[in-house]
Amino acid sequence: MEGELIVRKIKDGTVIDHIPQGKALLLLRLIGITGAEGYRLAVVSNVESRKMGKKDIIKVEGKELMGYEVELIALVAPTVTINIVRNYEVIEKRKISPPRIVRRLLKCPNNSCITNNDPEATSEFQLINQTPLLLSCSFCETMLNGEQVVKQLLGE
Amino acid sequence: MVGRSLISASELGRDQYEYLFREASKFNKSRPLLGKIVGLAFFEPSTRTYLSFETAAKRLGASVIGFQSEASTSVAKGENLGDTVRMLSSYADLIVMRHKFDGAAKFASSLATVPVINAGDGKHEHPTQALVDLYSIWKKFGGIDGLVYGLLGDLKYSRTINSLLRALDKFQPKKVYLISPPQLRTRQEILEKLKLPYEEVSKVDEVVGELDVMYVTRIQRERFPDEFEYMKVRDSYRVDQRVVQSMKEGSVVMHPLPRVNEIDRRVDGDPRAYYFKQASLAVEIRMALLDWILGGQ
Repeated sequence: MEGELIVRKIKDGTVIDHIPQGKALLLLRLIGITGAEGYRLAVVSNVESRKMGKKDIIKVEGKELMGYEVELIALVAPTVTINIVRNYEVIEKRKISPPRIVRRLLKCPNNSCITNNDPEATSEFQLINQTPLLLSCSFCETMLNGEQVVKQLLGE
Repeated sequence: MVGRSLISASELGRDQYEYLFREASKFNKSRPLLGKIVGLAFFEPSTRTYLSFETAAKRLGASVIGFQSEASTSVAKGENLGDTVRMLSSYADLIVMRHKFDGAAKFASSLATVPVINAGDGKHEHPTQALVDLYSIWKKFGGIDGLVYGLLGDLKYSRTINSLLRALDKFQPKKVYLISPPQLRTRQEILEKLKLPYEEVSKVDEVVGELDVMYVTRIQRERFPDEFEYMKVRDSYRVDQRVVQSMKEGSVVMHPLPRVNEIDRRVDGDPRAYYFKQASLAVEIRMALLDWILGGQ
């Protein structure tokens, strides 16, 4: 972890590594960390990476990421690795990949899709392409790209 | 295909299309679906599709239950689609469904315990219309391959065009011209999955002499941002005697019907006018499909 020299090790929590350059703050917003929760938080941006040239890193002390949070991250930044730290040791290193099916999380951009017009028909998208991200509605086949996904997840 | 739903024209392979064409053209079973019940759930009005499914089911010996508009069902009282589908799937052996929302047939098939045939879901698909269309072409030309097709009109919002393209893609057409104003071009999600050779053009005159099949759909006024834009393009997509006389001998003009004024009525007398024959073939191909799915003996 090349960003290690800037911020000290954490005792317990999550290190989100290999974040594409400049996306750390976006990921924090996606998983709903504002800084007001009381976690010790380090955001390192634009550090050198052998694999990626430049990358961002997030360290969150006192929080292990949940499954749905990992899923959100995987959708917009599939290069990320997630390290779960306990007592200063990395006990789990997870490479993530976006889910092949995304249920309930996103809204179909097609207003005449059944999922926007029937309370029982919940949204479902299939992963068509990982980078750049492209999803297709399982019902009406309308496409949803990475930019639209980020906007939706940020509630814009 | 026995017991399966049909939601998209892409679900059938070439062999399955050809099997249905052969079955439809020589259907001679006597009431193979006697005792079966076909449920027609038409949440949106329809004339040809509803009546041809009803006729097909009855000719096969099946009984028909159903409705033709939301107003005559409990949906009008606030019942949701899911409950209507569950109820109908406990009464009928198969549901034929039309609905105004895209993806409604797929949603219904996820809830129903019997097969669902998509008879049109919003602007998404209408796979049995594609069956009727290809069957009509097969009857006329003896096959689908090697012909030059021109699909004309509103290619963006037409469910029959989506299904026809996906069905044609299972064959080897020589060329498919997609003829429309720029704002009504075929949607990207349909185009990018096609393997067939296609070309988008704006004017029918550019290609009319090459076509074996001209497939006309309505230019929908309501799709244009303003009346002026609509008036500008309307006449370039009107098929009149001049256009039809530029077509090859032995070629055909098709239309899923109903037409408004996109085909001049004077074309009806031309030997290339094939749309009424096309509509008349709907019953036998839908008979073959119902018999196949319900496993008639």
